[in-house]
Amino acid sequence: MNTSIYSRIDENKRQTIYIMVAFTAVISAVGYFAGQYFGEGSGLTFLGFALIFSGISGFISYYESDKIVLAISGAKELKESNNLYVHQLVENLCIGSGLPKPKIYVVDDTAMNAFATGRDPQHAVICFTTGIIDRLDKLELEGVVAHELSHIGNYDIRLMSIVSVLVGTIVLLSDWFTRGMFYGGGRKKDRGEGSGALMLIGLVLLLLSPIIASLIKLALSRQREFLADSSAALLTRYPKGLADALRKISSDKEVLEAANGATAHLYITNPLKGNQVSFMAKLFSTHPPVAERIRLLEEM
Amino acid sequence: MLPTLLLIAVPVLAVVYLIGIYNSLASLRVKVKEAWSGIDVQLKRRVDLIPNLVETVKAYAKHEKEVFEAVTRARSALMSAGSHKDALQADDQLTGALKSLFAVAEAYPELKAQEGFVNLQNELSDTESKIAYSRQFYNSVVRDMNSKIVTFPGNIFASTFGFKQEEFFEAGDAEREPVKVSF
Repeated sequence: MNTSIYSRIDENKRQTIYIMVAFTAVISAVGYFAGQYFGEGSGLTFLGFALIFSGISGFISYYESDKIVLAISGAKELKESNNLYVHQLVENLCIGSGLPKPKIYVVDDTAMNAFATGRDPQHAVICFTTGIIDRLDKLELEGVVAHELSHIGNYDIRLMSIVSVLVGTIVLLSDWFTRGMFYGGGRKKDRGEGSGALMLIGLVLLLLSPIIASLIKLALSRQREFLADSSAALLTRYPKGLADALRKISSDKEVLEAANGATAHLYITNPLKGNQVSFMAKLFSTHPPVAERIRLLEEM
Repeated sequence: MLPTLLLIAVPVLAVVYLIGIYNSLASLRVKVKEAWSGIDVQLKRRVDLIPNLVETVKAYAKHEKEVFEAVTRARSALMSAGSHKDALQADDQLTGALKSLFAVAEAYPELKAQEGFVNLQNELSDTESKIAYSRQFYNSVVRDMNSKIVTFPGNIFASTFGFKQEEFFEAGDAEREPVKVSF
């Protein structure tokens, strides 16, 4: 099925809203139950606190996530005079996809990887490692750039940075709660017996919410990777370029020191290089297995 | 009460609906124009680069008259092109003429070593791929516009509002073969 780029963008923007609503609901529920647990009637106060907290972190992430990520990764801006080749390559693909040219950053690392971030195409950044620029040939690098541009054009960058922060918030809230329960267990006596069943559901929800939230985030991230691969093939008209690049990158055993668990989902392939074999490993992986991505690209 | 309400609401909703269809078609038409101007900018850049190139090559290879003539002819055809289609046809001709010009240049090692020539060659090949990419983008926007015009409900109103299907400009060379992509 041939889906127009515009309809995919609409779908992604809609999905962003659904996800924000769903996460807000989960955060509210977590906040409410946590409050009720610590003292009858304080649920609403705690809920308000949770919402304000997630609101602020969401707001900051919307405007600042790109700068934070670039700072964490130790990336520096690449001037056009320093590398005309990369700038021309990115500019040409932008012309093909109708996107404004993003800022280009580099991480000085011989490992091969790349990511895109920012809140919309007008404020987007593509970041390369020096290794990927030096070690891929032009057609392969074009495939990688097209993949990253697709993340930008499809608004994946916005979706993923907002989701990351919301998941982080849920994990943090639930963490606070479990600590509170552990240390302040004595207050349990205050609770009335009537709400016992409801509290039990709340408790299960609280303990499971970080895992569920992370799983949603990871499934979403994997879905985005497939989508970006196919959009990239559509843009370069040469799926083999990206397939070759993925093969080269995955056979490279070097680990990117600048990446960590918080930024792993951003990169074109998983920078942490775990062996993804078991079902559980797949479930908790930020990226679909490279072999599967290459197979799909070569079938196009 | 209810019948009067319906009597007002139905026409109002119908008008709002029609305005929506008109606006989406109109914004697509603007996008198509914008995409064309993207091609146009690159064509102009290419046209501007050519006199310099011809002068540089002439300094080393005076007697290759035919090649220079072919390039100059294609260039002026491109500059005077009346329609989009003519412009792109002339551009394809220019691509062919430039190919033979660079083939000729191969025979002159001093020319090939000259920095100005190398820069021009790089810039022209960059412009060539920019033209190819802007054509590709143009085609994708035209595809959106045309499919809106031929599918329901656009097909009923497009001709009434005066929207016509736009022409595709596939790349002249077989270098960039289309790929089938499924999601």
